[in-house]
Amino acid sequence: MVDAALTRAGATTASARTPLMQNKLFLGLLFMLPAALFLLVFLSYPLGLGVWLGFTDTRIGRAGIFVGLENYQLLWDDSIFWLSVFNTILYTVVASILKFALGLWLALLLNEHLPFKAFIRAIVLLPWVVPTVLSAIAFWWIYDAQFSILSWALMKIGLIDSPINFLGSPNNARATVIFTNVWRGIPFVAITLLAGLQTISPSLHEAATLDGATSWQRFRFITLPMLSPLIAVVMTFSVLFTFTDFQLIYVLTRGGPLNATHLMATLSFQRAIPGGQLGEGAAIAVAMVPFLLAAILFSYFGLQRRRWQQGGTDA
Amino acid sequence: MTSSARSANPAVADDTVGMSYLNRTPQRLLTVYLPLGIFVIVLLFPFYWMTITALKPNAELNNFRDYNPFWPSSPTLQNIKYLLFETSYPGWLVNTMVVAIGSTILSLAASVFAAYAIERVRFPGSRWTGLAIFLAYLVPPSILFIPLAVMIFKFGIYDSKLALIFTYPTFLIPFCTWLLMGYFRSIPYELEECALVDGASRWQILTRIMLPLAVPGLISAGIFAFTLSWNEFIYALTFIQSSENKTVPVGVLTELVRGDVYEWGALMAGALLGSLPVVLLYSFFVDYYVSSMTGAVKE
Repeated sequence: MVDAALTRAGATTASARTPLMQNKLFLGLLFMLPAALFLLVFLSYPLGLGVWLGFTDTRIGRAGIFVGLENYQLLWDDSIFWLSVFNTILYTVVASILKFALGLWLALLLNEHLPFKAFIRAIVLLPWVVPTVLSAIAFWWIYDAQFSILSWALMKIGLIDSPINFLGSPNNARATVIFTNVWRGIPFVAITLLAGLQTISPSLHEAATLDGATSWQRFRFITLPMLSPLIAVVMTFSVLFTFTDFQLIYVLTRGGPLNATHLMATLSFQRAIPGGQLGEGAAIAVAMVPFLLAAILFSYFGLQRRRWQQGGTDA
Repeated sequence: MTSSARSANPAVADDTVGMSYLNRTPQRLLTVYLPLGIFVIVLLFPFYWMTITALKPNAELNNFRDYNPFWPSSPTLQNIKYLLFETSYPGWLVNTMVVAIGSTILSLAASVFAAYAIERVRFPGSRWTGLAIFLAYLVPPSILFIPLAVMIFKFGIYDSKLALIFTYPTFLIPFCTWLLMGYFRSIPYELEECALVDGASRWQILTRIMLPLAVPGLISAGIFAFTLSWNEFIYALTFIQSSENKTVPVGVLTELVRGDVYEWGALMAGALLGSLPVVLLYSFFVDYYVSSMTGAVKE
């Protein structure tokens, strides 16, 4: 029926616009229906429900009642919560900077003329392809307190005397999870930036070289500006995924030792699911949103500047 | 040009293909091959370690003194055999496969229509819808899993594969729609107009013209969605209780670690086998994979 109606509309109004617009709205909504239905039921509604749960004292197996800001007051006085906020920010800032620097470096290296370039590019992306939990399990074994291969190798070389307790002490554990996150994030940054690098015309570099630019100047005044819109997007995604990371921490430390690696996401899970305090967990998740928005806005607009100054539109 | 460039700066280190002839080999060795080698080794070592640990017999696992730790001296398949015949691992593989395929098909179907509507039907408000789809992609699962768990429980699909098949599209649909919008945009309008003039309906245009032309996009979106569902963890951890319904990442982590006894051989074998399907898929479709990853970011 729709088909017939549209055929007629299409055939008769290919030049006249107005009747087609009517159909466009109807047709557009019809085509949007499955996706919209799904996203409204399983995305928009839970978002609202999450905010609501944050104002209730819901537990597992018991519907909660409205308690106002009680959850947030509890969190305000909760030193573990503030520790998790600190950890999340530290984790996001350090890991994102390292991912950006190392990822850009790797992208520049891969942009060189290399033998087996396609193959190297393919294997470099592996850490990103393999399920995070499964590679984190491999890391768990690599970081084992007694039988770590890293400790063994370092001891063999003679750099250290006793095994490193990678996940045992707070600062070691923080450094270790950040390293693991960087390990997993570098390929994404590198491969996407590489795609951007390949669109920069070599003639720009040739022209700059003729004018006597050093390699640093060419990087600073050609590569970086040409790449900056892409950097803004890539780093925004990277910050977003780092900030809300859950899997790595859950596998490697579960927030320990002494909550030193608890991120807001893992704390929210721990309070809500094993702890049963759905309301409090939801409140922590809601508390992530302002930080998350700030992080996204900062990385997007901070890095996007150039393009906005030129009057470009957002993508 | 060569001579002027050299006289301007004799030690020019290079980062483009066009002028790489300016570089001499010893310098390249230090500035390109050495760092690249370190990158590759660090990025791949965990997989190497995973693989050889899975192949080592238990006696060799912790004994670095009597055996070379970097190579299994008597490789064995006992870990994999244990995993396949004495644990629920095969069931987890099947579950993960079912969930990944189910949610991928569901998401692709919904996304194709949505992307076509936004990009080509151009109904009033399509721009805003496109933006909303993009924002939906930015909503992280870690702030959705608690309310979703409550809903799943109310719907009565807690602890079933359906719970995962219905929730994974929340991140797959925005991603696939965004990707397919890019592909549809690259197909010339003229093709559609020709078909319209010839009296084709919108449905015919979509199925006979747009979809065949967007096959690479569909493949990219499909394998990407499959990988994302295969790797998903927090929903699977929260919504699934019983061992027989678990997915591979959750099963390996929660069922193979019993108390303080870590069976590292079996754990590594589990991680290895669980990674294999996505790695194989990836190796067949590297180019699609890279294009969808970079495409989704660039659009």
